[in-house]
Amino acid sequence: MNERTLLRDNVADIAAYFAAGGWRPLKKALSMGRAAVIAEVTASGLRGRGGAGFPTGRKWSFVPQDAQGPRYLVCNADEGEPGAFKDRELLRRNPQAVLEGMAIAGYAIGASLGYIYIRGEFSAEAEFLTAAITAARAKGFLGANILGSGFDFDIHLHRGAGAYICGEETALLSSIEGLRGQPRLKPPFPAVKGLFGAPTVVNNAETLAAVPSILERGAAWYASTGSPDSPGTKLFCVSGAVNRPGVYELPLGVPFRELLETHCGGMKDGRKLKAVLPGGASSPALTAAEAMAVNMDYASLAAAGSMLGSGAVIVIEEGRCMVELLGVLARFYRHESCGQCAPCREGCAWADKLLAGLEAGRGRPSDVETLRSCAAAMTGRTICPLADSLALPALSFISKFRAEFDAHAAGRTCRAAGGGRLA
Amino acid sequence: MAYFDEEFLAKAEKVCARYPRRGAALLPLLGQVQKEKGFIPEEAMDELAAFLGVPRSRVSAVAGFYTMLRGSPAGKYHIQTCRGIACHMAGGPALSAALARKLGIEEGGTTPDGLFTISSVECLGACGSAPALLVNGRYFENMDEAALDALLDDLRHGRLERR
Repeated sequence: MNERTLLRDNVADIAAYFAAGGWRPLKKALSMGRAAVIAEVTASGLRGRGGAGFPTGRKWSFVPQDAQGPRYLVCNADEGEPGAFKDRELLRRNPQAVLEGMAIAGYAIGASLGYIYIRGEFSAEAEFLTAAITAARAKGFLGANILGSGFDFDIHLHRGAGAYICGEETALLSSIEGLRGQPRLKPPFPAVKGLFGAPTVVNNAETLAAVPSILERGAAWYASTGSPDSPGTKLFCVSGAVNRPGVYELPLGVPFRELLETHCGGMKDGRKLKAVLPGGASSPALTAAEAMAVNMDYASLAAAGSMLGSGAVIVIEEGRCMVELLGVLARFYRHESCGQCAPCREGCAWADKLLAGLEAGRGRPSDVETLRSCAAAMTGRTICPLADSLALPALSFISKFRAEFDAHAAGRTCRAAGGGRLA
Repeated sequence: MAYFDEEFLAKAEKVCARYPRRGAALLPLLGQVQKEKGFIPEEAMDELAAFLGVPRSRVSAVAGFYTMLRGSPAGKYHIQTCRGIACHMAGGPALSAALARKLGIEEGGTTPDGLFTISSVECLGACGSAPALLVNGRYFENMDEAALDALLDDLRHGRLERR
């Protein structure tokens, strides 16, 4: 399977999607029974594409079989991680696959209602998706008694209003409930006590879009591509200093070198690679040498000391100041911290202040060590991973590009910018 | 309900019907107020609290949490430049500086004629076509100074919808 199943051409319209075989996987799923659907998705090895990489079939299986009352299926399309722009592309090009994946997942977990949480800024995509839902309802693929099966499932869109934290699944659920988007302690996990207190599964839009093809062609087919621990294809969004930035659907395990050189046309203007954030703004940086040796899958990136994350690949060229870039990340996380955990609220603010000072040439020699200890004190101490999302890149930047930080702290030169004096 | 008209309330009832609890309609309705009024007035929050049966304090807390919900009106055109890492590397800071210079205002400011408000926003998720900005919520991507000049010219002539 070296073909694209997510970013297919000319399937944005429901008639074209149906003509290409769409919505038959749902029919097949309805005839298989819930347990068999979950078993098939589990066997495919599909893992969550939002960042955590948790096995999708297992996540579905955590919904208690005997739970009374409603259950909910939520599609996370709150794409907000700096560097990520895949869901926007997916929703534009293949919205029906997301809806069909939701219907199949809803059937598997026994839900009759699903919500799509889409980030507030994606207003054009929200309109497009609303039309896609209406079209699917009109064809009888959503609504009551779907395809005469007795299965009811409908989908509503819930638009965010500008808060990165709502991409975290429990914050997302709070946001749907009409509260501030603040993450909740786990356990209880959403599968047991989620939206409106009911068993809930939250899956990333890209994860759900992969489900119809797994049902259609089977787990073995799906698992035949990618790498053993990371089957299937993934949407890689490449930004930064490359000739052809964009979203690329490729088998997991593709070497970074191939992604950069073959698909993205190499480094922009022939510049030299300096560093890569392989899994978005929250992933530890890889040096050029590390990046050029790594394969883009969950296990390989973890072994290299980073992570696949959401598949947002940020390419940094030689000459770019790492202190400045880390400052941009710190400013982001400071702004997006929900504020309920002190290590995150205070840590992000401290890191931002220290980095702003270093960048402006107002730093002190001790600032680098202060920054490092601040980042170290932020890891693993909070309800959600937002604090770690700044701390881990910060620790990697400092350890791999220490000379730049020390130079800034000494107020001397910004070596990366070519040895020029700081302003 | 003196602030909201019948039409708004009818729409609001339909939004409530999407959720098992009325309170869940708070964020979509705040979004609708923002879209219609350009900000979230106090009276709107008073009436939303009563309409949804949620504490008034929760309405304020939610309205204050989300950055797209404004506490005061912006200019006719609200230009928001992305300051995410990809836009930063693609010349975002220079674009923001050029915008401020051309309009003669600072970030967060509004031109004296009320035509433009400028601010920066966190990552817009348009990193493959950086730098990006929003005008009244509409994306403009792969921006440079020439494209910015053309955009401002169009906006001064009221031509956002035709772009």
